[in-house]
Amino acid sequence: MDDHKKSPILELKKISKRFGAVQALSEVDFEVYPGEVVGLVGDNGAGKSTLVKVIAGTYQPDSGQYIFNGQEVSVNNPHQANMLGIQTVYQDLALCDNLDVVANLYLGREETQPVIPGLFNSIDEITMEQRALHFIEDLHVNIPSIRSRIATLSGGQRQSVAVARAVMWNSKVVLLDEPTAALGVEQTQQVKELIVRLREQGLGVVVISHNLVDIFDVSDRIIVLRLGKSVAKFQTHVSNPEQVVSAITGAVFGATENEAKN
Amino acid sequence: MKHEIQDSNSSSARGLVNGLTQRLLHGDIGSLPVLLGLVLIAIVFQIANPNFLTPLNLTNLLVQIAAVGSIAVGVVLVLLIGEIDLSIGSVSGLTAAIMAVISVKLGLPGWLAILAGIVSGAAIGLIHGWWVAKLHVPSFVVTLAGFLGWQGALLYVLGNTGTINLSDPLIIGISNSRLPVIAGWVIGVVFIIGYAFTLFRERAQRARIGVPNQAVALVIGRIVLIAAVILAAIGMMSVDRNPSRTVPIMGVPSAVLFLIGFIIIFDYLTRKTKFGRYIYAVGGNAEAARRAGINVDRIKIVVFILSSALAACGGILAGSRLYAVNQSSGGGDVLLNAIAAAVIGGTSLFGGRGNVWSALLGALVIGSIANGMDLLAFTSSIRFMVTGAVLLIAVTLDAYTRSRRELTGSS
Repeated sequence: MDDHKKSPILELKKISKRFGAVQALSEVDFEVYPGEVVGLVGDNGAGKSTLVKVIAGTYQPDSGQYIFNGQEVSVNNPHQANMLGIQTVYQDLALCDNLDVVANLYLGREETQPVIPGLFNSIDEITMEQRALHFIEDLHVNIPSIRSRIATLSGGQRQSVAVARAVMWNSKVVLLDEPTAALGVEQTQQVKELIVRLREQGLGVVVISHNLVDIFDVSDRIIVLRLGKSVAKFQTHVSNPEQVVSAITGAVFGATENEAKN
Repeated sequence: MKHEIQDSNSSSARGLVNGLTQRLLHGDIGSLPVLLGLVLIAIVFQIANPNFLTPLNLTNLLVQIAAVGSIAVGVVLVLLIGEIDLSIGSVSGLTAAIMAVISVKLGLPGWLAILAGIVSGAAIGLIHGWWVAKLHVPSFVVTLAGFLGWQGALLYVLGNTGTINLSDPLIIGISNSRLPVIAGWVIGVVFIIGYAFTLFRERAQRARIGVPNQAVALVIGRIVLIAAVILAAIGMMSVDRNPSRTVPIMGVPSAVLFLIGFIIIFDYLTRKTKFGRYIYAVGGNAEAARRAGINVDRIKIVVFILSSALAACGGILAGSRLYAVNQSSGGGDVLLNAIAAAVIGGTSLFGGRGNVWSALLGALVIGSIANGMDLLAFTSSIRFMVTGAVLLIAVTLDAYTRSRRELTGSS
């Protein structure tokens, strides 16, 4: 990550967002590069969720620039963010338990084949299954079968399917909101390995987590939010958790000395 | 990884048994209990009265359940999206009355009367669905209001006549005609060939692009099983079932044809189309469906339209069978039987799980109990109690397998 000669895939500059009397974000700078995992950390109420929702298009910032792939864009709703290739995997997963893996990967984008051409289409299960199979294998997602119903999968497998679903559609940036919360040790490992493979495939990955151990395991860079401001940025491999905790709690204001030079 | 995926779908008999055991362990028991229940009911009634398993009685049974079975198809759709429709009985009565008034009182042609009945059913469903989806009023309340309101509308439409006797040949013919024996066989054989062709074509496509395939033995087994059931049913309905041997009565009754037709159409719609997939998605996790870009409100509204339209079809079938529509049409136990049929057949009250065939299976269970008890000259008091017990067992099984699934799913 030392050779950041390339430009960020997604960059936010001086983003501010206010809800009534509450200044949720004030002049936050944020960026993620292709093939990079950024850990976004901060205490409760620091503005992580708001920032994620701004990136995902759920909220529109009051001021600031939203730059995607070098161009300033305005993202007014989640659909526009998806169209750019920005996908968000929320904590509550958004999978249908009663459908199988293939159906969930393709939900809302099913392949169809004409039964009565021009009038009536049926779902093309075979094409969907073929692509899903390759995709799941590429990501090394470990599930019993792509025809397993989500209800029969473990928490880690579900999280993996949710992530796979998010990155399946030509994504450039994927935001993972607490991807390892409520997972066991082994399942957490599964999800971390998946995150590493997303990086290898050149995606920009943003991981929002309370768990600094996980963040230190997978991230290249850590961005700390505190009271709605981006107070510090760390290169993960030259930092330690104490520094990050200090930045999160505001105990040491000198933390920004370690700020990444991009 | 590849190895694992292949393994669970492997063509070995062991893989097959493993898969089945897995499904059962995960509480995915599907239609198994209801099939066992049907066999049990048949044995008990046959022992009690040897007239139960005769072509005449079984064919009558199928005609008797045609109306409730058709209504239950709509109930299945509504249950799949996690809603309920309590108005189906009233709607079936009202729409049959609309048909009767247009045909008899206004003297308009039968096809127009039938069409008007179904369209008015669809319009009622549109109101229910819109109210549920857009105003966010629970479907229980909306359709409970509909249950009362459309009952009133039925009385209003019938006016002071009370009963309208039907005479239009087309309307009467809906439930009271029979296919020529040869036509029944042709339809059955064509269906079996089409079914086998579809399965083998899918196998060939899967083999060509290297996607895991089902065991050929399993495919053949399925085809043989389906063919045996279809041929046995058609065979049973193709022998002369008139006990007095004066005029031969044979051939598949039209009402049965309509019921099976609805089942096949809606089974296809729910399993093979985007619309059907979205029905399951909405019932499984409406929020996930919405995030996936599915228009959840639209799906709900269309399902309520279909539910009321199928209730109308059921009402028309019932009116046709009885040659009349009266103030009690669609009343009594129609509503409860239709909902009970869907649930007994294996469709979950909690949304997202079940299939259209459960309407037929459940209606068969309820119809068999009613029919068998009639043969044994039991009063309806006993029948209600037995049907109630069966319903309770079915829902208990559903609740049990649901908790079982959550247990195994989260491990």
